[in-house]
Amino acid sequence: MTAVDDRPTTEVGKDRRRKEDQRLITGRTRWTDNIQLPGMLHLAMVRSPFAHAKILSIGTDEAKAAPGVHAVFTGADLADSQGVNINAWPITPDQVTPTHLPVPSERVAHTGEIVAVVVARSAALARDAAELVDVDYEELPAVLDLKEAMKDEVLAHPDAGTNKSAFWQLDSKAAGTGGDVEEAIAKARQDGIVIEREYRQQRLVPAFMEPRSTVVDPTGEQVVIWSATQVPHILRFAIAATMGIPESKVRVIAPDVGGGFGGKLQTTPEEFATIAIARKLGKPCKYTETRSETMVSAHHGRDQWQKMTLAAEKDGTVTALKVDLLADLGAYVAIVGGGVPVLGAWMFNSIYKFPAYQFNCQTVLTNKTWVDAYRGAGRPEATYAIERIMDELAAEVGVDPIAIREKNWITHDEFPFTTVAGMTYDSGNYEAATAKALELFGYDELRAEQKRRRESGDTVQLGLGVSTFTEMCGLAPSRVLGSLSYGAGGWESASIRMLATGTVEVVSGATPHGQGHETAWSQIVADRLGIPFENVEVLHGDTQIAPKGLDTYGSRSLVVGGEALVRAADKVIEKAKPIAAHLLEASVDDLEFEAGQFTVKGTDKGIGITDIALATFAAHNLPDGVEPSIDADATFDPVDFSFPHGTHLCAMEVDTETGQSTMRKYVCVDDIGTIINPLIVEGQIHGGLVQGIAQALWEGAEYDEQGTLVSGSFVDYTLPTAADTINYVSEHTVSPSTTNTLGTKGVGEAGTIASTPAVVNAIVDALRPMGIDDIQMPCTPERVWKAIRTAGAQQDKAPTADAQAHFGEGAPNQDPAAGTTDGAAQ
Amino acid sequence: MTRINVTVDGVSNADDVEPRMLLVHYLREVVGKVGTVVGCDTSNCGACTVHLDGRSVKSCNVLAVQADGHEVTTIEGLATNGELHPMQTAFHENHALQCGYCTPGMIMQAVDLLRENPDPTEEEIRVGLEGNLCRCTGYHNIVKAVAAAAGSMSSERSNA
Repeated sequence: MTAVDDRPTTEVGKDRRRKEDQRLITGRTRWTDNIQLPGMLHLAMVRSPFAHAKILSIGTDEAKAAPGVHAVFTGADLADSQGVNINAWPITPDQVTPTHLPVPSERVAHTGEIVAVVVARSAALARDAAELVDVDYEELPAVLDLKEAMKDEVLAHPDAGTNKSAFWQLDSKAAGTGGDVEEAIAKARQDGIVIEREYRQQRLVPAFMEPRSTVVDPTGEQVVIWSATQVPHILRFAIAATMGIPESKVRVIAPDVGGGFGGKLQTTPEEFATIAIARKLGKPCKYTETRSETMVSAHHGRDQWQKMTLAAEKDGTVTALKVDLLADLGAYVAIVGGGVPVLGAWMFNSIYKFPAYQFNCQTVLTNKTWVDAYRGAGRPEATYAIERIMDELAAEVGVDPIAIREKNWITHDEFPFTTVAGMTYDSGNYEAATAKALELFGYDELRAEQKRRRESGDTVQLGLGVSTFTEMCGLAPSRVLGSLSYGAGGWESASIRMLATGTVEVVSGATPHGQGHETAWSQIVADRLGIPFENVEVLHGDTQIAPKGLDTYGSRSLVVGGEALVRAADKVIEKAKPIAAHLLEASVDDLEFEAGQFTVKGTDKGIGITDIALATFAAHNLPDGVEPSIDADATFDPVDFSFPHGTHLCAMEVDTETGQSTMRKYVCVDDIGTIINPLIVEGQIHGGLVQGIAQALWEGAEYDEQGTLVSGSFVDYTLPTAADTINYVSEHTVSPSTTNTLGTKGVGEAGTIASTPAVVNAIVDALRPMGIDDIQMPCTPERVWKAIRTAGAQQDKAPTADAQAHFGEGAPNQDPAAGTTDGAAQ
Repeated sequence: MTRINVTVDGVSNADDVEPRMLLVHYLREVVGKVGTVVGCDTSNCGACTVHLDGRSVKSCNVLAVQADGHEVTTIEGLATNGELHPMQTAFHENHALQCGYCTPGMIMQAVDLLRENPDPTEEEIRVGLEGNLCRCTGYHNIVKAVAAAAGSMSSERSNA
């Protein structure tokens, strides 16, 4: 545990406008696709139109003869040089992990896989010629539905012999962190409450705004790769590990990157193919995808069935939670594809004191686009299911959703709290965040309005949704990752260079793509070293400039990378101290450092740290044996995660005649520990909220029975617009984290994790008097309308108040109202 | 190839282009205006929005030959004499951008929105930006920025 530092701050907490903005608002940005190199060639991909097919032959003659075409490559042509797409987290030793070649030569396993690459003088010519490549396929049966895949009747990869990739379990009894879940459920069946539900996490597309792009210059001693990636350091590692290029010969640059949301933490077939071809031709090459290509080839997110069994006493005190997860990996196990659903293992129990817990996760291969991290990665899925089922418990007990949470959550005086899943929550105050949220929301008034509308039979009903979430941030303690067989560590690195003329270069291994690191890092260093915010330059995203790093995802940059920064700054101060003492002719022990000045205690003698930087640069008068540098590096490996939390409240108006849901109000109070820059934090919250709300209401990657992604463009994959959304009320409580010096917890994913269940809980709350207890996401007007119609028909037949359905042995959910949703085969 | 004359950000250009070339590709690949970006291939995202004779267009939805004899303003030409346009300032002040990829199009659309309606309501701003997608901000601060720009531009006018 790290004590939170209480030294005075002037920059931390200030709503600094971002340093990044100037180039972005004037169009002077360096996106990868903006890069032009002399002699550069352009690539276009030929992609499979089939979900599963044998490649019988590929005719490239016509394409090769087309104007401006330099070459056409098939998988066979690249076999010796293309490397392989890696899985960094085999969740079990016997995980089934089909080989994922960037350009396969024998068989394609999902629509959109690359089968040939055309290289031409311009992108347009390459694309024209790609149309001329003649591929002969033999279609194979494709397995598309997750539950069908479990039967192993049709195999996504026939050679693998099964679609089941891995099974992973966390059991509180076996782990010694809690009781026996089956025993507790059996007891509750006798004298308590058992709630059983199955929830669907639909497949989503991360839909970052900048399509992915890669430029490769193979002409120098080092191969230089620019890529629209979140993970330049991991990409460099993967290239060296699989393509036979020494790591020292690889330089990866992530220039300005237009969003990622997990969607760019992949090492991609497109990157590997572009590198292999540029090296073969000895010419700079660029590949920029179209949006339609992004949709089918960049990894998707979510896609789970979640079977939940919650046991409680009659008064609503929870006694056990059992989770059975089916998670679709798509056609291949992506870089952390298997691990994403497993992250839910520590999150389904959330903020509640379950005495017994079991998490079972089965990952499954299908012939769909691969699945990996999407904002929240495992945690939104978990939060959705637990927050939905806690509302069901409240309904069963007959109390307000807030009351059932209060009864079961960890109270503020119980922190640090070790959960039934074995995680130790650092700090938090659920009571305080909830109290603040209820007040801002006007909860009681809205409940009164809901009652009025119900009583008057208003055709527009009001529903209130609650989500009291927590998440784990700061990925990740390397030892924990090691114990989970993850293929890398979770540390982060920072360097500080004290320049002679008084400015400071900060090098960070975290690699932003919209988060504002340049601004926030400047604030932290300015405070720590007592230098002006403007005098700090933050460098990142280039493995030559920032040689060490593990990049940006999992709300880790500030919590892990920020602490590395603090430690590097403290090393600078320690290195400067003997030089200061020497120049001040004082003892090191008599020196104090504050606001950029070393002073001799009890005197007015002092010297600034930038003066020491200049004196060190000159090196004319340094103490004996002291090196002429006060620059410092630090690598920080967290000892534990941090656990931000918050209370999100959503009011939805549901038109019972049309099924249309309209958001009336959304309030969130997030506790993310210390806030470095409130402006940036608000931005992260707003954007996160809308991504989570979009899952609840609008988005879904839908396939037809042939395995074609029918929501494969922005026409059909309905991202929210300004006209679909509202303004949000976002406030904070502050329980500083105890796992890092700054007390920060992470905020990048909070909004997305919390908001989805808040919205669906609100819609279900509006409709619960009609006997509706679930609507499958996205809660489109059609689905809501159908649910209302079906529930009305059922209510006419027989009241079902006493029907507390249970899962039969091995049977799917028998809950009658859950059958009101369509799209089960999506 | 077809000969076109297009003024882009105040500079006149004469180029031979393929008749099928989209304006956005002409701007990026021929004129070098890479500040204007491509976000989709279905005219949904609006990232490529520029002004054609002062009116906003999605430059992926206009052929370069259609711009012949016309004037194009891109995000790169919006600031004048080293002074940011009030909309650019408002986006910066209100943290209306994160990754910044949608920003050029969003700003160009917002400028046109205020040209048509100098004093829009929140609803009018939201509807006016409907053709421009942003994945980072949740639109909250974009809407705020456009309202702020409307305020600052109207006080500039009344001071003039």
